[in-house]
Amino acid sequence: MIRFEGVSKRFAGTGGEALRAIDLDVAAGEIFGVIGASGAGKSTLVRLVNALERPTSGRVLVDGVDVAALDAAGLRGLRRKVGMIFQSFGLHSSLTVADNVGLPLRLAGREARERQERVAVLIDRVGLAVHEAKYPAQLSGGQKQRVGIARALATGPSILLCDEPTSALDPETTRSVLRLLRELNRELGLTIMLITHEMEVVREVCDRVAVIDGGTVVEMGAAADIFLDGQHPATRRLISEAGEGAPAVAPEGMALVRLTRRGAGSAAPIDGAEVLEGRIGRIGGESYSDLVLAVQPSEVERLSSLGRADRI
Amino acid sequence: MFENVDPAEIAQACIDTLVMLGASLALTVLIGIPLGVLLYLTDRRRPLARPWANLAVGTIVNVLRSVPFIILLIVMIPVTVLIVGTSLGVAGAIPPLVVGAAPFYARLVETSLREVDRGTVEATQAMGATTWQLVTRTLLPEARPGLIAGGTVTAIALVSFTAMAGVVGAGGLGDLAIRFGYQRFQTDVMLVTVLLLVVLVQALQWLGDMLVRRTTRR
Repeated sequence: MIRFEGVSKRFAGTGGEALRAIDLDVAAGEIFGVIGASGAGKSTLVRLVNALERPTSGRVLVDGVDVAALDAAGLRGLRRKVGMIFQSFGLHSSLTVADNVGLPLRLAGREARERQERVAVLIDRVGLAVHEAKYPAQLSGGQKQRVGIARALATGPSILLCDEPTSALDPETTRSVLRLLRELNRELGLTIMLITHEMEVVREVCDRVAVIDGGTVVEMGAAADIFLDGQHPATRRLISEAGEGAPAVAPEGMALVRLTRRGAGSAAPIDGAEVLEGRIGRIGGESYSDLVLAVQPSEVERLSSLGRADRI
Repeated sequence: MFENVDPAEIAQACIDTLVMLGASLALTVLIGIPLGVLLYLTDRRRPLARPWANLAVGTIVNVLRSVPFIILLIVMIPVTVLIVGTSLGVAGAIPPLVVGAAPFYARLVETSLREVDRGTVEATQAMGATTWQLVTRTLLPEARPGLIAGGTVTAIALVSFTAMAGVVGAGGLGDLAIRFGYQRFQTDVMLVTVLLLVVLVQALQWLGDMLVRRTTRR
């Protein structure tokens, strides 16, 4: 559906490469996450798909078509097939919710009646029916992003690009927006490419994920594999940031171990270990536990037989 | 007191000032908005990035803005005669007023456009908008409060320009103040004209502020 072939991007005047030799394949109907620290080049990456940015070398193919080869009319056609939502929402402050959602249809020259019908359906789908006459300034962050999603879907795209869609939202709103994205993915067969710096977002919705660091893909795979068994230091760093609050401190004479277990029995009790923090849940349909334990130093070896154990 | 004040003359001067202001403001907006949009669009990293064209237009705008209006009035005389057939009266004042104010307003327009949320501009592009649609559907509507506020500032600047235009026989309140109030020492005429100018400026500011409030949805 979306294919990157040896894509590099260099910005004039900044010297270094923002992106270096990127090879990626996003399959139709999947939610593909791209995660990285800020400045890793992930925003540039997603903007290459709808040609808001042009690659310095390499090719970006959408549905088999080289995006860079499109003329102005072809590019407009592509952008109607590829919706996009943004961290800062990018809504028109001078338009009502209904007019914001209907804008892509207006730009595409659709009739007023067709617009009204489509807008009503979309606004209803994202749960904003009572707010359609309001202006964006009267909405909460989560509601604004729902308007952004409805607007992005107005022209019936097959692909949705999400640039940090939940980074300006609180955790609860984040979950509800991600749930909506997951539902739309299933209902419409929508292919979603989602940029984020939060492992939590990957854990909640992504099927597959690419970890990007220093402008290049350092690790890629199923979301569960990356989240629970990521090897690259950049991946480990992003995972450890997902933990809550201050790092655990080992009691006197004890060793601190992070133990990650997957599949059946992943939540089984562990003898002689004190659980300091952790999380038990499901990711991509697989149950897992991710615990920080305090154990006798002699016991560390034994934990390795239960799952992935790292001293920290 | 007020023995020199001729109501008919004051009324005529008021009408002249309002006609000069109205006509030159309309033309200034008509020229200033496209010029401001051009300055914005041709700037670096904008949809029609043309560094040399941007520099050329920017330089012309800056040159016109650096000429003091009183000099512009005199330098413009041959051009004014060419355009409106006379350099005198209300008609003769309008070309220099527009040439003086349009570059000023164009810069205010450019500044307002720059303040339009980057994300909104990008979202519009991502919807497949043409550059024309970007301007008419996003940039101008989103910048509307700023465009009106800039128009208010420009209108008030034009009021003081019209007063100066009295020097070349343009008519209006400024002309009255100079010919009678200053040159004939008729302090009462001076007082009345200045008072009327104050009222005019206050009214313009009030009107502008009200329109800005009505169009702001933030």
